[in-house]
Amino acid sequence: MSGMQMRGLRLEVSATGHDIVDEVDLVIPPGKVLGLVGESGSGKTTVGLAVLGHARRGVTIAAGEVSCGDKLDMLSLSAEELRSVRGGSVTYVPQDPASSLNPALRIGTQLREVLDVHNFVGTPEAPQTKDGRIVEMMDEVLLPSDDAFLQRYPHQLSGGQQQRVALAMSFACRPAVIVLDEPTTGLDVTTQAHVLATVRSLAQLHQVAALYITHDLAVVADLADDVAVMYAGRVVEHGPTHAIFTNPAHPYTRHLVAAAPDIGGGNAIIGLPGRAPAPGKRPGGCSFALRCEHATEECNASMPELTPIEVGHTVRCIRAVELRSNTITQTRRLVVGAAFDPVLTVNNVSAGYQGNVVVHNASFSISRGECVALVGESGSGKTTLSRSIGGLHHEWTGEVSLLGAPLTTHSRGRSLEQRMKIQYVFQNPYSSLNPRRTVGESILRPLFVAKRSRAEGEKIMHEMLERVALTASYANQYPNQLSGGERQRVAIARALVSEPDVLVCDEVTSALDVLVQAAIVELLAQLRRDLGLSMLFVTHNLPLVRSIADTVAVMNGGAIVEFGPCEDVIGNPQEEYTSRLIANTPSIESIRTRTAPVG
Amino acid sequence: MSASTATDLSAITLPVGAALSAPKRPPGLLRTAWGLGRTKIGAVITLVILGLAILGPYFSPHGSEQYIDGAATSARHVKGLLLGTDNGGYDVVSRFLHGGRSIIVMAFFSTLLGVGLGAFLGMTAAYVRGRADEVVMRILDTFLAFPQILLSLLVIAMFDPRPLVIILTIGLTTVPRVARVIRGAALSVVERDFIGAADAIGEKRLRVLISEVLPNVTAPLLVEANLRFTFAIGLIASLAFLGFTPRLGIANWGLMVQENGGTIAIQPWPVILPVAAIALLTIGMGLIADGLTRAIAGVDRGKAEV
Repeated sequence: MSGMQMRGLRLEVSATGHDIVDEVDLVIPPGKVLGLVGESGSGKTTVGLAVLGHARRGVTIAAGEVSCGDKLDMLSLSAEELRSVRGGSVTYVPQDPASSLNPALRIGTQLREVLDVHNFVGTPEAPQTKDGRIVEMMDEVLLPSDDAFLQRYPHQLSGGQQQRVALAMSFACRPAVIVLDEPTTGLDVTTQAHVLATVRSLAQLHQVAALYITHDLAVVADLADDVAVMYAGRVVEHGPTHAIFTNPAHPYTRHLVAAAPDIGGGNAIIGLPGRAPAPGKRPGGCSFALRCEHATEECNASMPELTPIEVGHTVRCIRAVELRSNTITQTRRLVVGAAFDPVLTVNNVSAGYQGNVVVHNASFSISRGECVALVGESGSGKTTLSRSIGGLHHEWTGEVSLLGAPLTTHSRGRSLEQRMKIQYVFQNPYSSLNPRRTVGESILRPLFVAKRSRAEGEKIMHEMLERVALTASYANQYPNQLSGGERQRVAIARALVSEPDVLVCDEVTSALDVLVQAAIVELLAQLRRDLGLSMLFVTHNLPLVRSIADTVAVMNGGAIVEFGPCEDVIGNPQEEYTSRLIANTPSIESIRTRTAPVG
Repeated sequence: MSASTATDLSAITLPVGAALSAPKRPPGLLRTAWGLGRTKIGAVITLVILGLAILGPYFSPHGSEQYIDGAATSARHVKGLLLGTDNGGYDVVSRFLHGGRSIIVMAFFSTLLGVGLGAFLGMTAAYVRGRADEVVMRILDTFLAFPQILLSLLVIAMFDPRPLVIILTIGLTTVPRVARVIRGAALSVVERDFIGAADAIGEKRLRVLISEVLPNVTAPLLVEANLRFTFAIGLIASLAFLGFTPRLGIANWGLMVQENGGTIAIQPWPVILPVAAIALLTIGMGLIADGLTRAIAGVDRGKAEV
C-alpha cells in the first residue's frame, strides 16, 4: 500500500535515552490529510521530521519504521539515498516561508532548483519539460506563471504568496508524502483559507498523503480527514475528524475542544492549569494524569494502551468509554453590558511611520469595565494604533484622552498618574520581560517609579502574583525558567501593580498554545470583573473576540470599518470586509453541525 | 525505616516539585564558557603571565637598574645569573620581572576607560536613535579612519609620554571601536518589548540604559574588554619600542626589545622573554575571548550540555 505508514516510532535524547516520542503509529492513505495536533513540546514536529528520516541534533530515532510511497523505508536509507528522496518523493513545508526561501534567489530559480536536483522528467506516460512543470505548478497553487512573476525575489511576495511558492516546491516532483509543519501560522485568515484550500485540492488531485501539523484545532476541522492528538510524546487520540470534534473521548482532547474559541459559538473558553511533563520527567503511568480531573489510582499504574472505541477511532485512556458519554458542557459567555461611561476616548487619530500613514482617522471610546476588541489582519494598523494609545509610538495626530484629559504622544510627556492608568501588555512574553531580571524585580519596577517603598511594593507584588494564579515563589525565578503562559501572567501582573484603568492587550495570546490562551483569556475576564478594568484587546483572532469582548472594532487598511457590539458585528456583519473575514475563519462549530459522513 | 520515610516524602513532594521545578536555569555565560577547554587553557596562560608581571618585582633577584656586568653577556660568564646580562649590563631576569607591571597597569586603565566610555556611548546611541545617534556615531567614525597607533603617536609626541597621557590616549582611541560593537549589540536589545515597557512606565533614561540594556549586552562587552586589553598591551609595548615610554631607562618589555635588538645574535634572551610573554598573554586572552564568544553563540552548546 502506498501513502505513509509509521509503526512504533520512538525518538530519544541521544545523551540520556529519555523518550521524546514513543509508540507512534500513523497511517495516511494516498490523497488523504491527517491532522497532527498538539501543544508546543508535544513532539508533533519531531514526528513530522521523522517521516523524512530526520532527527534534530542530539536526538536519535531509536525504534520504529516509516514507509513512504510504494517502497521507501525511510529509516533504513543511507544519507545519500535520503538526500535524493527528500524534496522529491517525500517533502516538507516549514512554518515560516520568509525564512525557508532563499532571499537572494529569484523564485523561478528556486523552483527550478528542486526539479534540477531530482532530475525531473515527468512520468513515463507523460514526459514533461522543467519549464512546463514550473508553469503547471504555479497554476496549481493559483499564482501567476509568467516570467515577470518568476523573476521576483521572495521579499517581493506577500506571506501567503511565499507560502504558496513553498507549496509549489514541495509538490513539484509529484511526491508520495508531504509533511506540512504549521504552514499557516502567521498568515492572515484570508490567506490561510487560500493556502488550506490549495493543500486540500493538491493532495486529492495528485493522491498525496499529507501530514498536517498544527496546534490549532480549528484549522484541521475543515481540512483533515483524520486527526491524531499528541500529548507528551504519545498519540492520545486518533480518529476521523468528525468523531474527534463531535465526540472526543480523551480528557485532553476534550479540554482542547473546550479551550478552542469558536466564531460560531461565543462560548466561554476554558483553560487547563499545569503543563505537559518534559522528556525524562514523564511519570510511569498516563502522562496526562497529573492534570486530569478524572484521574484515578489506576491511571498512575501504567501507560494506557491505545485502544479502539469505535472503528478507526482509538484512545489512550482507560476511562475513555465512560467519559465519552458525558457531553462537553459549554456555557455561553456572560456578556456584561457596560454603561456608557467613557474612560478612554480616541478621536480622529492618524498614525504613521516617517510620513507614511498607516492609521486613518480612527475614533472610538472604551467605557468603564468594557472590553473593546480591535480586530484586523496584519498590516491593518491595529498594533500601531494601540501603541499610539499606550504612548509607545509617537508619530500620530488626533486626540486620545483618558478620563477627559488629553494625552501626549510620548509616554514620557504624560503625568505619572496617566502613565500608571494605561498599561500595555505586549504580544510576545518572550521579549517583554528582561531576561536578566527576576520576575519579582520586573514586577516591582513600576512601583519604584511610582515612589513606593520596597516593603509596600513587595506586598503588592505578592498579591498580584496570586491574582494572576502564580505563587509568591515565582518572584525569585528568571523568565527563562517559566513557560510562555507563565511569562504572560507575569507581564499581566506587572501591568496590574499600577492599578490601571485601561489595559491595552496587544495580541497577548498569539504566541501561546490553545489551552494556555484559554487560561489567559479566562484570567483577563476575571480581572475585568474583579477590578472593573477597561480593556482594549488587539487581535487578529476573530473567534477569540467572541469569547472575550463586548464591543468590536474591525480595522482594514488603517481605518475602522465596522464598530459595534460583538454579537451584532460577528452575527450580522454590515461590511463586505467583515463578512469575508468571518467566512474565511476556520470553525469547529461548523463540523459539529455538519452531518456525519457515511461509512 | 529511613527508606520508607524517604519514599513517603518523595511521594508527597513530587507533584509540587514537578509543578515548580520547570527547566533548570541554563548555566550562565561564564560557566558555559568555563566548560570549554580553550577557556581553561587561556585562563591558565593569562594568569601565569599576569602573575609574573604584577608580582615579578617581588621575586626579582636584582634591581631593574642594578648594574651587574658587561653588556650582553651570556649566563656562563656571570655567576648567579640565570640568563646573563643585557645590553646595559643589567640582569635579564630581573629586567623582565620588573618590565611587565607598568604595561599591564596602563593597559588595564586604558581598557577600563575605552571600553567603559565606548559601551556607554554605543548603548546611548542605540537607545536614543535619531539625530543624536547619527552625530555621535559619525564623529566616532571619523576617528576610526585613523589607525590607533598613529593617533597615539601624534598625541604622545605632543605631550610627554607620562602614564596618564598614555592611558588617556589609548583609552580614548579605543572608544570608537568599542562603541560600534556595543551599539550593534544594543540595537537588538532596545527593540525588545521590555525596553518599551520601561519607557511606558516612565523609567529614567539612564536607568533604562544601566539596568535594562547593559545586563543584556554584557556578553559582547566581556569579549570586547578582553580583546581591547590585549590590544592595549601590544600598543603600549609598541610605543615603548618606539621610545615613547614613561621614564626612559626603567625596565619595560617593549623597551627591552628595542634596547637589545642589536645584540640578539649573541644574547637573545632580553628579546625572547618579553616577546614571548606578550605573545602568550595575547594567545591566552584570545582563547578566553574565543571561549566567551562560543558560549554566546552557543557553538558548543550541545557539547557543554552533555
